[in-house]
Amino acid sequence: MTSASASFLIDVRQLRLEDARALLGHGEQVLPDPMANATVYLQSVIDKLSELSLKDPLTGLSNRRYFQNVLEREIEMVTRSGEPALLLMLDIDHFKRVNDTHGHPVGDQVLQTVAQALSDCVRPMDTVARFGGEEFVIILPNCQGHYGQQVAERLREAVSQLSLTLACGDQLKVTISIGGAYAPRWVRSTPELWLERADLELYRAKSEGRNRVCIEPQPILAVSAEEKNLLFGPLALGDPAWIESIANDSSAQGFGAASSNLN
Amino acid sequence: MNQPLQDSPLPVADALTPPLKPLGKVLAVTSGKGGVGKTFVSANLAAALAKRGHKVLVLDADLGLANLDVVLNLYPKITLHDVFTGKARLEEAIVRAPGGFSVLLAGSGMVEYSRLTPNVRDDFLRIMTGLLPHYDIVLLDTGAGISDVVLFAVSLASEVLVVATPEPTSLTDAYATIKVLVGEQKRRTLRMVINQTARMGDGRAITSQLQQVLDRFVVGKSDDKVRLVHLGDIPGDVSVRQAVMRRQLLMLTTPGCPAALAISQLAAKIEDTLIHPPK
Repeated sequence: MTSASASFLIDVRQLRLEDARALLGHGEQVLPDPMANATVYLQSVIDKLSELSLKDPLTGLSNRRYFQNVLEREIEMVTRSGEPALLLMLDIDHFKRVNDTHGHPVGDQVLQTVAQALSDCVRPMDTVARFGGEEFVIILPNCQGHYGQQVAERLREAVSQLSLTLACGDQLKVTISIGGAYAPRWVRSTPELWLERADLELYRAKSEGRNRVCIEPQPILAVSAEEKNLLFGPLALGDPAWIESIANDSSAQGFGAASSNLN
Repeated sequence: MNQPLQDSPLPVADALTPPLKPLGKVLAVTSGKGGVGKTFVSANLAAALAKRGHKVLVLDADLGLANLDVVLNLYPKITLHDVFTGKARLEEAIVRAPGGFSVLLAGSGMVEYSRLTPNVRDDFLRIMTGLLPHYDIVLLDTGAGISDVVLFAVSLASEVLVVATPEPTSLTDAYATIKVLVGEQKRRTLRMVINQTARMGDGRAITSQLQQVLDRFVVGKSDDKVRLVHLGDIPGDVSVRQAVMRRQLLMLTTPGCPAALAISQLAAKIEDTLIHPPK
């Protein structure tokens, strides 16, 4: 092992990488040759370890640890930007029955299929994670009211149309219940409170008969389109003098002229 | 000097208890949206009130996220953060601002307090009750947004001043803020200041527009109406921008400019309603 070419900065042999390699080897990860380029090798080890620590091994979705980080970050974003964000909590209906009737390997297969269906239904910016057991969570940043309901219905629909062929030839179908809660606009909430509210809605969806979506009504501070219309409808009508006053004033101070139209 | 400090022990506060009974002669300045001149109004209003002979204190009630230090160009060594952490006494953190009033700045370390925990509530309340007997009026400069800290700070105030500009985004956020204060704190009277207006009467028209929407969508009953009181406009004025860029108070740099005169009038109205209420 002459490794003059490897690196003059890092001697890979000096690092105790056995545990890391064992972990990665378990997942049949292909690592580059450490002697060819130590930096590339280490980078690849780090990347794959990071991935392991943030992914759920069974479904390939984000794991709970990663989800927790995103949740906290999203609360800060909402506080600052005021853009609404939706948290969905999903649970496979009667999953225990699947496990009990068909065994855990089939249960795992169901989890994987559902996970894939969920991932296919959301935007790349959304975070789908396995929360634990047969429970999943999805964070949808910048999610306006009607879109939230739509996407949740789409998820429910997509899962209900899945069909898993069992070894015996039978078709297995599952459904999910979905609960959702918006991060209140501007308000700095806590991850625990937000999760609790989504969980409450999930409980409602379950108790109302499963295979359905329950989303907490938008909080009081949401301003409806109707309210906005009334609020600055008169402004939007566009008095030519008003528009001119804005156009002539790059510092936007002339916005005040807009109100001359009111009443 | 005004009302004495209550002798009763401070109430135990936790994050879930409803807002406390507002304290006297505390004016919260809030807006919903950032960048509408909330801190500018707080600081210059304080200077105008001080000029009228009142003892005024402005408190950075957004715990470091408000820009009071930037507007006043003051960066004291001892801040509210040191009081919260027990490193300094309250009196040591109070700084004299150029306009002849006192300020209590949060300090950069306060960001960790930007979440409303029971401790933060208790500390905040203790500080406020400690301050009140020493001032004729305390202004709370709240930060952007309606975070729980902002809502808590506002809940301590006897009066609320909502600052908005005529821009649609600012109006929406002011309206949302008012809705929250009406819904969660049962506020029924809020005072409005419209900043950066272009023409006489703009502000009053905007306030009445907001009032109309509130009447239609918020609390329907006539005996429980929400009332917006239009306190005044601050006209758009180049002197404001100059003062802000120089990090000086408008009331000191150009006391005779239209915006400064408008702020003096606001101060006179606040004096009437809050400091010397009519019998």
